[in-house]
Amino acid sequence: MRLLASDLACARGGRQVFRGLSFTVNGGEALLVTGPNAAGKSSLLRLVAGLLRLQHGRLELEGSDAERTIGEQAHYLGHQDALKPALSVAENLGFWTRFLGGQGKAPAALAAVGLGALAHLPASYLSAGQRRRLSLARLLTIERPIWLLDEPTATLDAPGHGLLAALMRAHLAGGGLILAATHGSIGLDRAPELRLSGLR
Amino acid sequence: MMNALAALLLRDMRLAVRVGGGALIGVLFFLIVVTLVPFAIGPDLALLTRIGPAILWLGALLANLLALDRLIAIDQEDGSLDLILTASLPLELALAAKALAHWVTTALPLVVAAPLLGLLLNLGPEATGAVALTLLAGTPALTFIGLIGAALTVALRRGGLLLAILVLPLTVPVLIFGVATAQAAIVGPVPFATPFTLLCALTLTSLVIGPAAAAVALRQGLE
Repeated sequence: MRLLASDLACARGGRQVFRGLSFTVNGGEALLVTGPNAAGKSSLLRLVAGLLRLQHGRLELEGSDAERTIGEQAHYLGHQDALKPALSVAENLGFWTRFLGGQGKAPAALAAVGLGALAHLPASYLSAGQRRRLSLARLLTIERPIWLLDEPTATLDAPGHGLLAALMRAHLAGGGLILAATHGSIGLDRAPELRLSGLR
Repeated sequence: MMNALAALLLRDMRLAVRVGGGALIGVLFFLIVVTLVPFAIGPDLALLTRIGPAILWLGALLANLLALDRLIAIDQEDGSLDLILTASLPLELALAAKALAHWVTTALPLVVAAPLLGLLLNLGPEATGAVALTLLAGTPALTFIGLIGAALTVALRRGGLLLAILVLPLTVPVLIFGVATAQAAIVGPVPFATPFTLLCALTLTSLVIGPAAAAVALRQGLE
């Protein structure tokens, strides 16, 4: 499986964010998207997920089901957690698991992210880091080849960083792809870097 | 796919009845509006009977509008909408499921409460039944037309008023035929079936157009 992007251009609100962007990510590889604020890191991830309209260029996922869009084969983990405060931890995860077409593994995923004991707590009582861990659990209940992670380490503590790194390494070992926007190290040492400089 | 639909429907219904959900607000508002009318009009029973169906319909229309601005905005604010937009479940169906959950939790209680409130408006059993039936047939149209407004105003903070201005004109036909059907059942002279069929036609049309138009509006907003 291979993600090919050629000559991508993106404009938001009439402002050119980037243009002429090309990269390739092979199965089992991660690509770190770095750059200053407003360089278009989040926009690039949203573009790949299909949440922004492609202004120019091509995005292709080789070696996958052509009937399904890239967005349907990707997990998008954005700044927002997509959690409902009124629902319990288990209900939140159970909903996304079923909505995204999976079943079953929710308790195991909760245990894997260290929230096993809090399954019945309303999500409104979770701390920011715990909310992020709960979002990560969604990536485990349903297998999708591409992970689009927008600053995944934000709000995570040191053990959380380690957990995330371990999850990402397991995903890569299984042949998955990761596209991560980040400002610092996220625990993938040898991953190539795509630096967005930002247009003025 | 049915699994995903059922999950979304169930979650939205759950959210509506939990703390901070909109289910109770609508029916309470309905109760208050309809209760205030007899106080405002005075003890003219004949007048109350005559305008009763219209009052119930107006109350239902406004109560239905109350929670509509949160229908999609709540998913947009916490990022859930991003996942719904990229899911393999067609957006039209997801929106239809959300609207259905909204109808079940907000409008269906109004239909159940209408017979009780009919007593306050001096409506006989037959008239009350007729109004409840027209509400049952007509309120889905209000919700599904409102869905379009909710999709159009999703990106606005406090878009509730704009939503009302967008949606209310579109609901005029539903209001006209809803009240006309109830009046036909109570005083005639038009046979009940004529306006009732038109009311059902309005509902069925909005069931199709509402989710499709709302999906187009949301996709336009992908920027």
